[in-house]
Amino acid sequence: MKEANTEKALLEGLARSDRKAIEIIYKENFNAIQSLVVNNNGSADDAKDIFQEAMVVLYEKAKSGSFELNCLIKTYLYSVCRRLWLKKLLYQNRFTINDVQEESISVEEDLEDHDQKDQEFELMEKAMGSLGEPCKSLLEAFYLQKRNMQEIALSFGYTNSDNAKNQKYKCLMRLKKAFFLQYKTEL
Amino acid sequence: MDDVKILEAVERYITGQMTPDERVYFENLRKSSSEIDQLVVEHTFFMQQMNRYDQTKKYKSLLADTHLHLAEKGAIQSTRLQGKAKIVYLYNRHKRTASIAASIAGITALAISMLVSSVTPTSQKNDIALLNGEIKAIKNQNQQQKREIDNIKQNINVTTAPIVYKTGGTSFLIDVAGYLVTNAHVVRNAQHIAVQNSKGQDLAAQVVYTDALRDLTILKITDTSFKAPVSIPYSIKKTSAEIAEPIYTLGFPRNEIVYGEGYLAAKTGFNGDTLTCQIAIAANPGNSGGPILNNRGEVVGILSAKQISAEGVVFATQSKYIYKALAQLQKDTSFQRIKLPSTSSVKGLDKTQQVKKISDFVYRVKVN
Repeated sequence: MKEANTEKALLEGLARSDRKAIEIIYKENFNAIQSLVVNNNGSADDAKDIFQEAMVVLYEKAKSGSFELNCLIKTYLYSVCRRLWLKKLLYQNRFTINDVQEESISVEEDLEDHDQKDQEFELMEKAMGSLGEPCKSLLEAFYLQKRNMQEIALSFGYTNSDNAKNQKYKCLMRLKKAFFLQYKTEL
Repeated sequence: MDDVKILEAVERYITGQMTPDERVYFENLRKSSSEIDQLVVEHTFFMQQMNRYDQTKKYKSLLADTHLHLAEKGAIQSTRLQGKAKIVYLYNRHKRTASIAASIAGITALAISMLVSSVTPTSQKNDIALLNGEIKAIKNQNQQQKREIDNIKQNINVTTAPIVYKTGGTSFLIDVAGYLVTNAHVVRNAQHIAVQNSKGQDLAAQVVYTDALRDLTILKITDTSFKAPVSIPYSIKKTSAEIAEPIYTLGFPRNEIVYGEGYLAAKTGFNGDTLTCQIAIAANPGNSGGPILNNRGEVVGILSAKQISAEGVVFATQSKYIYKALAQLQKDTSFQRIKLPSTSSVKGLDKTQQVKKISDFVYRVKVN
């Protein structure tokens, strides 16, 4: 009973990007994943990448709120990592994976979800990267840091908040254009 | 102008900042105009995308940070050093090739030894013993010389006054065993060199290699109180950086570590010099020898000089020449163990975090 409680608390923490929760999950699972990857033609850096991607999958799942806790976090992460690594090996034409533990649960659907989200993330990153300054900082200040227009006008050196608003509008249109152009062709 | 207002209204509608009256009015508008309706749907989706992007980005950076933190504490097997994991990996990867190579080598060795033993009659034991004796004699002689040198050294030490350092520069670690890189001109004509770590402690150091043409010097910390760190957080880039790539540097223009930020301005240096590159960064005397890093925490150059006749034109030696300098140095086998850091563990962290980790590896050079 107690175990289920802490696992639940950990997932809730993860959904909030809580540093402590991430650290606990990381500490308890990383070494197992590292030995899985390293024993199957991977390097320590590969292990780090695979594990962090799996952590993102778990995070997305925890945040969606629909995460049914029908297995331990450990089992889930292991299954995701195993699948991700197998995919990468297939990509490099090496097929087999020797491991101590088979995948006990199916994570195929979650990974499809993740692929979609990952692509969206990369699109946004590319679109943001194509913007340049001060557009990027301006949009980040307004939409992500939720600062108000007067403050932004002051710190970016606009004469009044209307000017800043117009500039923000132009930047947003550019960002949207860059994002949707790719989004429609790729997804 | 109108579009700006419409967007503002849509945003206030989505975030729920409208008064009830406004809201009713806007919803009517939405029903009557499909354009506005579509804009609301599209913008809601886009805002979600942006928020998700932001959260995921923060989360990823937190993951990278956690990894570094845990690896430093030793709570997880850290990525770079662990011998066992690496050996298993290399073994698995190359076992087939290695076993074939080994069997060929084995067969050849057997064949040759058979050939040799069938041809030569044996009487070599004495030779070997003799050789041994000679080595012993040389060893004794060496020890004697060492003792004499030590004596002389001690005598000198008694007479010298405390060293006063006059000029200085910056350097950074390239190997955990205490090897640093700086500019050759920083330590030119130096009698005594000391490097000062982030705690303000002076450590004696020695020049082990100088390449005057490329203005590079490798120093080794000889002080016994030097504590070797576990790993180096940045990597040294083998290829040159791109124009307009944002870069930053850490250095000691005064007695305190100072951060400076800029970009790569040109791929060649003063008068088209291809050994260096031009960067735009604020630099002062004392910045020489400091690392130039990009956003991924890779060293792309070493700050070396600035043009006096022009404002804000600074030159840096390209980082690939560190590899070349090291290759030269390693012709002497006692330096075989030096290994340049090839992966950056601060990649993905934000700038403040990167600088925090890196500043412990940048040393002030003091020269007398």
